Amino acid sequence: MIKKFLAVAMVAGMATAAFAAPSAARDQIRIVGSSTVFPFSTAVAEQFGKTTKFKTPVVESTGSGGGMKLFCSGIGVEHPDITNASRRIKSSEFETCTKNGIKITEVKIGFDGIVLANAKSGPSLTLTKKQIFQALAKEVPVDGKMVANPYEKWSDIDPSLPDSKIEVLGPPPTSGTRDAFVELAMEGGAKGFESLAALRKSDKKAFKAAAHTIREDGAFIEAGENDNLIVQKLEANPNAIGIFGFSFLDQNGDKIKGATVDGAQPTFEKIAGGEYGVSRSLYFYVKQQHVGVVPGIAEYVSEFTSDKAWGEEGYLIDKGLIPLPDADRKTVADGARNLEPLSM
Amino acid sequence: MTDTSLPLLDTIGSKAWDKRLKRRYAAERRFRFYGALAIAAAIGVLALLLVSIVSKGYTAFWQTEIALEITFDGEFIDPEGTGDPEVLALGDYQRLLRTAIRERFPEVTERRDRRKLSRLLSSGADTTLRDMVLADPGIIGSTQRIWVTASDDVDSFNKGKIDRNVPEADRRVSDQEIVWLDALQAEGAVRSSFNTIFFTRGDSREPEQAGIWGALVGSFLTLLVTLALSFPIGVLSAVYLEEFAPKNRWTDLIEVNINNLAAVPSVVFGLLGLAVFLGPVGRYVGLERSMPLVGGMVLALMTLPTIIIAARAAIKAVPPSIREAALGVGASKLQVMTHHVLPLAMPGILTGTIIGMAQALGETAPLLMIGMVAFIVDIPGWIDDSATVLPVQIFIWADSPERAFVERTSAAIMVLLGFLILMNALAVLLRKRFERRW
Repeated sequence: MIKKFLAVAMVAGMATAAFAAPSAARDQIRIVGSSTVFPFSTAVAEQFGKTTKFKTPVVESTGSGGGMKLFCSGIGVEHPDITNASRRIKSSEFETCTKNGIKITEVKIGFDGIVLANAKSGPSLTLTKKQIFQALAKEVPVDGKMVANPYEKWSDIDPSLPDSKIEVLGPPPTSGTRDAFVELAMEGGAKGFESLAALRKSDKKAFKAAAHTIREDGAFIEAGENDNLIVQKLEANPNAIGIFGFSFLDQNGDKIKGATVDGAQPTFEKIAGGEYGVSRSLYFYVKQQHVGVVPGIAEYVSEFTSDKAWGEEGYLIDKGLIPLPDADRKTVADGARNLEPLSM
Repeated sequence: MTDTSLPLLDTIGSKAWDKRLKRRYAAERRFRFYGALAIAAAIGVLALLLVSIVSKGYTAFWQTEIALEITFDGEFIDPEGTGDPEVLALGDYQRLLRTAIRERFPEVTERRDRRKLSRLLSSGADTTLRDMVLADPGIIGSTQRIWVTASDDVDSFNKGKIDRNVPEADRRVSDQEIVWLDALQAEGAVRSSFNTIFFTRGDSREPEQAGIWGALVGSFLTLLVTLALSFPIGVLSAVYLEEFAPKNRWTDLIEVNINNLAAVPSVVFGLLGLAVFLGPVGRYVGLERSMPLVGGMVLALMTLPTIIIAARAAIKAVPPSIREAALGVGASKLQVMTHHVLPLAMPGILTGTIIGMAQALGETAPLLMIGMVAFIVDIPGWIDDSATVLPVQIFIWADSPERAFVERTSAAIMVLLGFLILMNALAVLLRKRFERRW
């Protein structure tokens, strides 16, 4: 009996290993890229699969950089058709793409606000970018000299701020949210100091190093990529402040509140209007050579850029996307549907 | 004895003897107590984990539904009356739902409020109606009272996860919506029923439409490939190494390597899979990202060492006297192996295999590299369709902003734990039933 069993198992193993009919065509769109755009991209993919006769696209969450790498690696069904990004394509990535003969169309889909929030039971915070920089940078200018960050309490920075320990939960360096936060809030704050502004003019690299380095003495806690977890931790500790995407504030309005930054509260309207300064643009990129080869790409792009998706009352807005202004939406949609090539 | 203070008179029954004995007993009691404490700590942590998961997740097995009088108006489903399933499948069932809920609340006339009204229902509720029509096109034209899925916010509210006493601006359900829901509740048109969607559908961006069936099927197909590859290869390697291979430096080297591989972090196997299975050769034979076939091959690499080590131990545990007796009556080495040693070692081999499979069931890291951490709605049909697996599904939900995914995450963890317990119980059962003691 055991002999037979072994024989059957072996045959099964061989059959699985040998199974291999080269599949020349693909009938399902493949999307890779940013985990920030993932919730929006998947919502469109699902709607697209439901309302058209095409298969539901497969959306992978690989991160913006990982997505670009896969996307730019070549033309052909084994490479993805679309990549999502929570930042614009870098010139080095664009070069790789061009070198591999890939023509791309860029579609800007909207904004994502990065908020600093704390528990409802904690104090309401009114911060400036400068104060954020002072609270979180590894080295800050004191009397014109760069010293290791001496601030332990918020009130050490400014007496109007609460008399509590600086405790900030934020994303790890691998996250796109961290990149954007550092670039928008920290760099913005660093520019506010005369000595650093002067450094920016003379030595850009040194300025970036100073502005982008977050303190490592325990005041900033890397809380992992899971924003739901940060929300839970904030609830438990009213003195802590969390950094995450606007959609998590939107979903948990009964537990946490957003800090006002440079006079603007992190609300939908203020982010959409550009008053709230810590927000970034989201994009996706389409491989033109795949349009018409893999069925449904053009239709997916028009679904994404349709009013019922990204319009002011579209389903993506329910998911937390902050839309482009009306006029921009129209131009971007036209460009996307005509597959205008990107040049850099 | 170096203790020179030990007097000669210190014999049984003396005072010093008594004291020492007491101390030794006390030491043993303390040791036992520490042991019990360690077990208690382990059980306590496990209980904490289970309680937190179950208390968060059990509500996900229920889903709020709202009853509506729905008129299956042919105009929106199949205007030309063709009865063609393809036309029926693309009908505007959302329209039917919107009409029905507006008729229930005729006093709502403003566009904004009407949109809010429609948002009480799940945006995927139309599939229920579509499936009904596809199953029986005869209902077109009729009016029926039908329970449709409510939206995730309404569901959370109904489960008490959204408190109506917090200020309106801070909660996802507005005062107006609560008034509507209370009105529906008063006439018995809101109910909580078993969440079949959760067990029968694939992933969705709408928490109330999301299910684990797609991930379960994906896990099953992946493990099938893993088993089909790693079991025969693992057992054959173990048999050869244990019974036939000469003992020399080469086999020692192989043995060290197998033991090392068992300790390699799983993500490394993912990178290997990306480079080998999804490299030029893999692509040539048609392997693609997200395939359970590729996932299964990667996990097979990961479980191979576990199976080989367990199988070797099981084969070694069969007493040499059995082999000698068989050889003595004239059996060939192959016959000794297949007739005696393998059947006797099988319970141990299977236990090792099941534990290896249970490990593979819980893996996500290697699958990230080969594209199985993905949003996939369609239920995979075979090992060459795109698929994801249970732990990945948990990971994706845990990372989603929608509040209602929190309970679904815990519920999915419960399902995964259930399968793990089942597999481990099977391993224990096999051992208990078939294991021979010598």
